[in-house]
Amino acid sequence: MSLLLVLAARVFLVLRNTGKPISPVSPQRPLHTLFVLGSGGHTAEMLSLVGALNLQRYAPRYYIAAVTDSMSLTRAATLEDHLQKCALSASSSSQKPKFYQVYRSREVGQSYFTSVVTTLLAMTHALWLVVHIRPDVILCNGPGTCLPICMAGFLLKVVGVKWVVIVYVESIARVKKLSLTGLLLYKLGVSDQFFVQWSQLKARFPNTIYMGRLM
Amino acid sequence: MGTSRDKGRVFVTVGTTLFDALVKEVDSQECKQVLASHGYSSLLIQLGRGSFLPTKSDGEDGSLKVDYFTFAPNLADYISSSALVISHAGSGSIFETLRAKKPLVVVVNDLLMDNHQRELAEELADKKYLLCASPSSLVHVLRSMDLQSLVPYPPSTPFALVNTLDAFLGFSESYSST
Repeated sequence: MSLLLVLAARVFLVLRNTGKPISPVSPQRPLHTLFVLGSGGHTAEMLSLVGALNLQRYAPRYYIAAVTDSMSLTRAATLEDHLQKCALSASSSSQKPKFYQVYRSREVGQSYFTSVVTTLLAMTHALWLVVHIRPDVILCNGPGTCLPICMAGFLLKVVGVKWVVIVYVESIARVKKLSLTGLLLYKLGVSDQFFVQWSQLKARFPNTIYMGRLM
Repeated sequence: MGTSRDKGRVFVTVGTTLFDALVKEVDSQECKQVLASHGYSSLLIQLGRGSFLPTKSDGEDGSLKVDYFTFAPNLADYISSSALVISHAGSGSIFETLRAKKPLVVVVNDLLMDNHQRELAEELADKKYLLCASPSSLVHVLRSMDLQSLVPYPPSTPFALVNTLDAFLGFSESYSST
């Protein structure tokens, strides 16, 4: 009983600090960053974001994609190769990126009954990966694959292992309504920064940030 | 072949989806006639997970040359070497085509359950970056299409978002590009 109370207090405390900037001073080291690649257009958007980052600040980089999506990790590896070649001066300091695959909660057309089992499996796998990587930042943009990863990151905050900054960018395909994943993260208040790519969405969901489009 | 009004190839893509309604529609005599009347000489169709196979044609009888394939690891080369792209409404295909500065007709799959893709296609069509159709209206849209009315898509950059993120994480504002 008292354990539950402590847990509830922790959740409350973490939620209260969510969305507050990390620190007024510049971090002394690069941030371990985990990118969740959502397949297809989602992956294209995320890689566009990766290409614009100052890579000395976001290192080492970890990429996660669904087990059923082999294309995304190949595309990320191609981009990383290209970026390494461009950043000739920094080649000695940069660590090699790492790539992981995660089980999906639910495949298209899967029944709701078996979904319960596969969701539990996917959540356990996501938690294991996040504990293993222990990222400073999680960057994701949907679809559902990123939900267990974000929850695992949140859990790390709650138990006090690490403060993981969770950043969600709603897909450019969402013009008027948030995706289910986006809506859940928005309502739960789990993400520290929630970007949208259309001003119409910012108008409807005031706690989002509109900073133009990724594509 | 080689007539002065040969505009080149039309590329049809469904990405990794199953969209036989689109493949059937572009394979129809009516659609091929409309494309030929605009001056296009060939049609290349990427089928994705669909099972409907179009009729191949070598175009020797003066009609449209038709060929197809299922998947390719990278569609960028097909897009950049085509004169017109007809695509499903996936954001990957849409932005790849817009960034390649190719005229684009997006066909929305109206059989999809949660069809949020319509939102994006219609928003971009409102801004005249592309033309939007459904399988049933495709022939009509192609017949009346005026590519001169399209506006080039202004490529967006992620730098404003990246600067906001950097500031949030405590990095100083100044961004040193690599």
